[in-house]
Amino acid sequence: MISFSQVAKRYPGGFEALREVTFTIEAGEMACVSGHSGAGKSTLLKLIAAIEAPSGGSVVVNGQNVGKMSRAAVPFLRRNIGLVFQDHKLLFNHSAFDNVMLPLRIAGFDPAESAKRVRAALDKVGLLGREKAFPVALSGGEQQRLCIARAIVNRPSILLADEPTGNLDANYARDILDMFKSFNQVGVTILIATPDPGTAQALNARLLTLNHGALVS
Amino acid sequence: MNVWLTHHRLAFAQVLRQLAHTPFANLLTMLVIGVALSLPAGLYALLKNIDKLATQAHGEPQITLVLASSANAEAISDLQARLKSHREIAEFQFISRDQGLQELARNSGLSDVTAGLEKNPLPDVITVRPAARDPETVSRLHRELQQLPKVEAALIDEAWVKRLHALLGLGQQAVTILSALLGFALIVITGNTIRLQILSQRDEIEVSKLIGATDPFVRRPFLYHGAVQGCAGGAIAWLVVAAAFHLLNAGTDKLTDLYALNFHLTVPAGADILGLLLFATLLGWLGAYLSVSQHLREIEPR
Repeated sequence: MISFSQVAKRYPGGFEALREVTFTIEAGEMACVSGHSGAGKSTLLKLIAAIEAPSGGSVVVNGQNVGKMSRAAVPFLRRNIGLVFQDHKLLFNHSAFDNVMLPLRIAGFDPAESAKRVRAALDKVGLLGREKAFPVALSGGEQQRLCIARAIVNRPSILLADEPTGNLDANYARDILDMFKSFNQVGVTILIATPDPGTAQALNARLLTLNHGALVS
Repeated sequence: MNVWLTHHRLAFAQVLRQLAHTPFANLLTMLVIGVALSLPAGLYALLKNIDKLATQAHGEPQITLVLASSANAEAISDLQARLKSHREIAEFQFISRDQGLQELARNSGLSDVTAGLEKNPLPDVITVRPAARDPETVSRLHRELQQLPKVEAALIDEAWVKRLHALLGLGQQAVTILSALLGFALIVITGNTIRLQILSQRDEIEVSKLIGATDPFVRRPFLYHGAVQGCAGGAIAWLVVAAAFHLLNAGTDKLTDLYALNFHLTVPAGADILGLLLFATLLGWLGAYLSVSQHLREIEPR
């Protein structure tokens, strides 16, 4: 499903975020990427979603070489990937409902059908009662859950999460990880970047460890 | 197809919401566009009115054939038969030299002078009314009639028609230049408002791209915004012209009374309004397109 081979990423200015990274994640697998801050976890996720292009090697997602993908093809790759961000990236001038609606609007779903899906996604993350609320009115944990609802509403086959529990207290964090577990149980491939190697253990997931851009385990 | 329609409907609804969200700023931009467009639109409408006045005041163009003194009755009836069958002639009238003298005596009040003449100095004359009235056809007909046998001279009062047409042509050029200049201004104005729109929606664009929005999807609402803004500007331009003509008509009525002309400035209607709105809409769209194309690539998720 996701396959890196000899991937390197050098940023302008010479900083090497990733070097010689090779691994494969099978469909339906759940894995955690851990490592110190600046080890290249975020960069790795960005390469999968074609937010960054690799400077060397190849990144293959769903059989497509992401690095060589045309600009016009990228949106269709991203529709199959749910992204969960540490800073949520919610739209603050839209209600919770509209935030989750956005991916379906972009994909061109029928509005009535979309509304049902949005409610189902909000229900899954426990925010069904708050669909009219604006993101400012939500707590940090609720915002993170809203972000997850937006990531899964389009039923992607891959879910990428960049430090999804970074700003949350232990109870909220456990809730979120439980959600990922249940998504994985229905067949979604999940890759979570986290500074804490214990997360993988808690999820019973495979652990990839990065150290200064190199994969050490 | 359905997806496409839904996308367009939603983009349009989004634009209307945005317009309603900041009505004052948007109205101001539309007013600026409207006033800018009202200049060429007004000048165009004015020229159209003058053109109408010109045909009305000038009436029909007329060619006067002066016949040679050697033309006898047979030659004249030959000539008349030829004129009758000519396709480009609507009407003609033969005025004999005696008739001409009588008319001159009657109309000019020179009966004393004409009575004192030993011999009628006037030639036989045929006045011809061409079927067409555009200067080119008329002057071609004029040259043709000049070649006819027993026609000594063909006179045409076309100098002032030509002058007027030249003047109107000049006015039309001015309209074209003004349209081009102010159309360019419209593109720039729209481009700038759209640029501000894009910047204010930077986050939304970035997030949309992250979750799979294509470039056309992101571009669409901005294009609609530009087009709606241009169209509204065109409508305002029409209102400005209509109001200005209404005010001017009070003045022209006095003037045309003095000249015994029936002239009233008519506000552009029908196809002209449609043309103005289309022109403004298209330029608004173009301005938005140029602006979006330039700025959209700058907003890539990092």
